[in-house]
Amino acid sequence: MRSLRDALITFRRTPLLSALSITTIAFSLFAFGLFGLVALNIREALERIEDRVEIRAFVADGTAPELIVQAAGDIANYPEVLGTKTVSQDEALVRAKKELGDFRDVFEGAVLPASIDVRLKPGFRDPATVKRVSARVKAFSFVDDIRYGEEWIEKLYRLRNIAGIAGIVLGLAFAGVSVIIIGATIRMAVLSRAKEIAIMRLVGATDAYIRRPFLIEGIAKGVLGGLLALLLTYVARTIIDRYLIQTIFFDTKIALLGLLFGALIGLVGSAFSVGRHLRHV
Amino acid sequence: MIRFTHVSKSYPRTGTAVDDVSLHIGKGEFVFFTGPSGAGKTTLLKMVYMEERPTSGEVKVSGTSSITAKDREVAKIRRKLGIVFQDFRLLDNRTAEQNVAFALEVTGAPQALIGSKVARALTQVGLSGKGTAYPRELSGGEQQRVAIARALVNDPFLLIADEPTGNLDDRATRGIFQLLREINAGGTAVMMATHNLELIRRQEFRTIEMNRGAVVFDSAEQVAKPVRDI
Repeated sequence: MRSLRDALITFRRTPLLSALSITTIAFSLFAFGLFGLVALNIREALERIEDRVEIRAFVADGTAPELIVQAAGDIANYPEVLGTKTVSQDEALVRAKKELGDFRDVFEGAVLPASIDVRLKPGFRDPATVKRVSARVKAFSFVDDIRYGEEWIEKLYRLRNIAGIAGIVLGLAFAGVSVIIIGATIRMAVLSRAKEIAIMRLVGATDAYIRRPFLIEGIAKGVLGGLLALLLTYVARTIIDRYLIQTIFFDTKIALLGLLFGALIGLVGSAFSVGRHLRHV
Repeated sequence: MIRFTHVSKSYPRTGTAVDDVSLHIGKGEFVFFTGPSGAGKTTLLKMVYMEERPTSGEVKVSGTSSITAKDREVAKIRRKLGIVFQDFRLLDNRTAEQNVAFALEVTGAPQALIGSKVARALTQVGLSGKGTAYPRELSGGEQQRVAIARALVNDPFLLIADEPTGNLDDRATRGIFQLLREINAGGTAVMMATHNLELIRRQEFRTIEMNRGAVVFDSAEQVAKPVRDI
């Protein structure tokens, strides 16, 4: 209770310093949030593309339809497979014409092979799994050829990995900067109360007791900075959404996680800086 | 109660501050520490409240050893000590009462007890009417009385005073010294470092003189005065 009051008193005594530290945390987390938003939207877009990952097994001309249906059923039972669809020669033609739009005349009188289209479950759309399932499907004697766009699947995944790694690296860098900034602001608060702290120790206050209000202050600043960053990110997202491209925003869980992260940054920064002060005095 | 056993303290840059000191201070004793600046008086006192730990040897304060004491135990020991400095070390933005209460608040004393204990301590130092004054509104002697009240409010068994009269004029010095004697008469031991030889000369209290970190004179050893102990 007293610690909380002490933390609030510090806010009131040094409003400028407190506002400054909250703003710096907010801006660090805002940068983090913006990047997170980009990563989130890239991932979302990738997932949409990934949704279209499909193995198309072309069936040899003249294969009995019931044989194809039976094979499709077997393949659908693979653990990685979400579902299969058989496409007859006629359907293949209709689909090809539809996909090509203006150039549909090309297919006048053409014969396209029938196929079994295999869709994989989410989480099994990575290049290795696609390749493995393809190999199994290809083992059917009547399967002529198999297409799964191996190149672009691999590219897609590489892009996603780069985005992921860049996100983590930049995120950690921003978090590090935030910790340093909050550490510095808490240090200023600690130094402004150095005399008080010295007296506290002299009369027998424990370090834990002395530390507590600063930690609470750090957490509070982290959370407030997080809230401000969330607001800024939301505003930025709304502007981008309205004038540039459609984007999605963090869900409640990620938003809360962001606040928690802000609190953690505040805690770590202040613990670091108070700890250092207490060790050296 | 307080025992120094072959205690030395040296700093990497400034060298030896205390050199092989062994001494014992009994319950309720009044001891002066004198000697030139840099003789090691302050370091010696700091080792009693464990602000500094010996480089070698051991300081034992009421059963707590400087070798093994954890931070928590140091905090606990300090609650049973009162410490006063030349520069008073009061918080400027708090009244006399609040300064004294501070020592109780930060050690988790029950809120209900604080008011009466503070009033009693301020009365003991003769400042009962000045509880609501801020340090800047008080004279040097009065500020030191507030500091002493803060040191007394936890009922310490030992009062450590490092040059408590160093910033005061003669009149205030005599007043503070008289107060320390009264406190000692109440059973609290006092360890006081001072330059003021005039003050010491007029007293019959045990005097320990230090020079270059070593004890060069201890009146308790000269006069075969038995040291009361528990």
